[in-house]
Amino acid sequence: MSFPWAKEYTPAHPFMKWMDEKLPVPRLIYNAVGGGYEVPRNLNYFWNFGFLAGLCLVIQIVTGIVMAMHYAANTGVAFDTIEMTVRDVNWGWMFRYAHANGASAFFVVIYIHIFRGFYYGSYKAPREMVWLLGVVIFLLMMATAFMGYVLPWGQMSFWGAKVITGLFGAIPFVGEPLQQWLLGGFAPDNAALNRFFSLHYLLPFVILGVVILHIWALHIPGSSNPTGVEIKSESDTVPFYPYYVAKDGWAIGVFAIAFAAMVFFFPNALGHPDNYIPANPMSTPAHIVPEWYFWPFYAILRAFTQDFFFIPAKLMGVLAMFGAILVWFFLPWLDKSPVRSGSYRPTYKKFFWFGLIPAMAVLFYCGGAPAAEPYVMFSQIAGLYYFAHFLIILPVVSAIEKPLPLPYSITEAVLGKDEGAELAPSA
Amino acid sequence: MAEEDGVRRRDFINIAAVSAAGVAGVGVVIPMVSQMSASADVLAASSTEVDISNIDPGQAIKAVFRKQPVFVRNLTPKEISEANAVPLSSLRDPQTLAERTKEGKENWLITMGVCTHLGCVPLGAGEGENRGEFGGYFCPCHGSAYDTAARIRKGPAPKNLEVPEYEFTSDTVVKIG
Repeated sequence: MSFPWAKEYTPAHPFMKWMDEKLPVPRLIYNAVGGGYEVPRNLNYFWNFGFLAGLCLVIQIVTGIVMAMHYAANTGVAFDTIEMTVRDVNWGWMFRYAHANGASAFFVVIYIHIFRGFYYGSYKAPREMVWLLGVVIFLLMMATAFMGYVLPWGQMSFWGAKVITGLFGAIPFVGEPLQQWLLGGFAPDNAALNRFFSLHYLLPFVILGVVILHIWALHIPGSSNPTGVEIKSESDTVPFYPYYVAKDGWAIGVFAIAFAAMVFFFPNALGHPDNYIPANPMSTPAHIVPEWYFWPFYAILRAFTQDFFFIPAKLMGVLAMFGAILVWFFLPWLDKSPVRSGSYRPTYKKFFWFGLIPAMAVLFYCGGAPAAEPYVMFSQIAGLYYFAHFLIILPVVSAIEKPLPLPYSITEAVLGKDEGAELAPSA
Repeated sequence: MAEEDGVRRRDFINIAAVSAAGVAGVGVVIPMVSQMSASADVLAASSTEVDISNIDPGQAIKAVFRKQPVFVRNLTPKEISEANAVPLSSLRDPQTLAERTKEGKENWLITMGVCTHLGCVPLGAGEGENRGEFGGYFCPCHGSAYDTAARIRKGPAPKNLEVPEYEFTSDTVVKIG
């Protein structure tokens, strides 16, 4: 994106001039994340989380490459190689815990990033493609995280793999052959462990590729902002460098403190003790739960206990679980409001804070609880509300609500007045 | 001339080349997909022989078949009559106990120990394990309860526990698979 007031890249040093003619990487950097990229001046801290998500991806790739140097994907030794990495390899414990907690940190950051999109309507035109690519990244992250959790070959690894690949067995007719094809056998075993390791190494680089597309698509309209009003003039913007580079640097500091606290003081707080028991195909742990970041979706999976017309409960649960994320793909078209930011949408805002967020909190809690009443009933009610929010409440509310008056410009929202507004006909 | 017929030499080469590339592409995809299926060593006949002479009525054991658990259970007369008392119309996956056992050996209930919901190992085969409210097996993962014929009675599982192929090679030995 380039506004008329954005500065052109002009190499000063002869070497940079030579470079600019041959391979204009400095020009790309200047225009994409440098002084030539004009960004709304009013971004709040929620806008740091895209950058932090990129940082998490880098942390996961770097620590993951180190883990792979010490790991062996064989059911006989996989569990031991992880334990030996932690106990015997120099600094192995740090890399292992940074990688395991890095996955959790990545999901914390990405959930806040998605929440930002929900509240501020970041998915709306002209940024639909940014949103769609983001949902693709989220799905790839879930697949990568799931396969990574299988690799230590503990009890939760094994039974998680069995339950999740069992989901595919719910598909009519092709389910069972498909499940055996995915596993390369009748149950998770060496074949499954090896291909999961192969794909767990591959997918982060696929994510990296989609992230580049995500950022590319973002740079065409440029970032949205908390008012949702598009940029009108130079006074609405500041250059990315130094302003947002500095602000993202501050975000790194805060993130690093929280992340270091987890890695160094509570490395197993988010893990399951059962995963320190080597995988045993003959005995299921009493309470199988996925990692915390899958809980809301796991609750939806388990909410179906009765057959629904001719569709078996198991298939319904699987469809609903995937549907809970796939519905996000349609968000730019389900939301019909001309106003982008939730701050100016009084009715939507109420449903968002007092409907969707509590429903997701209930699903999150129930997903980590045992599969018993009253949690199943709570999951059913919250799951129903979750889908109703996207498929009924959002389209209806966005079509009928009267939004609050928007500021004329970002400048007016920030400074209280905008000289440009006084020249322009009243908005 | 060929050009007057509407088929030019270049059209032919173009179509032939793209077709050949398409066939070659499919030819490469088939092995790519197929290599992920269960390999020969996994598929290699894996039958299991189980000695049942030490299983008293009311007891069960877990054996291993294709790397998955199999439950071999010696039903008590009470458990058999409980299973037979259930009206078929009330079942999600209607089957009688007789259909799920061998003739003359109705007390030997042999099923996979794999919940038909998402593949957990149900409880109830081991000593002192929770057998659920129908006295058969209970899956702790998502609360599926099976009765004394290992039929699904409650919870999300769609089908009864699978009965594998097996035969009694003698009065005390069962060959599964």
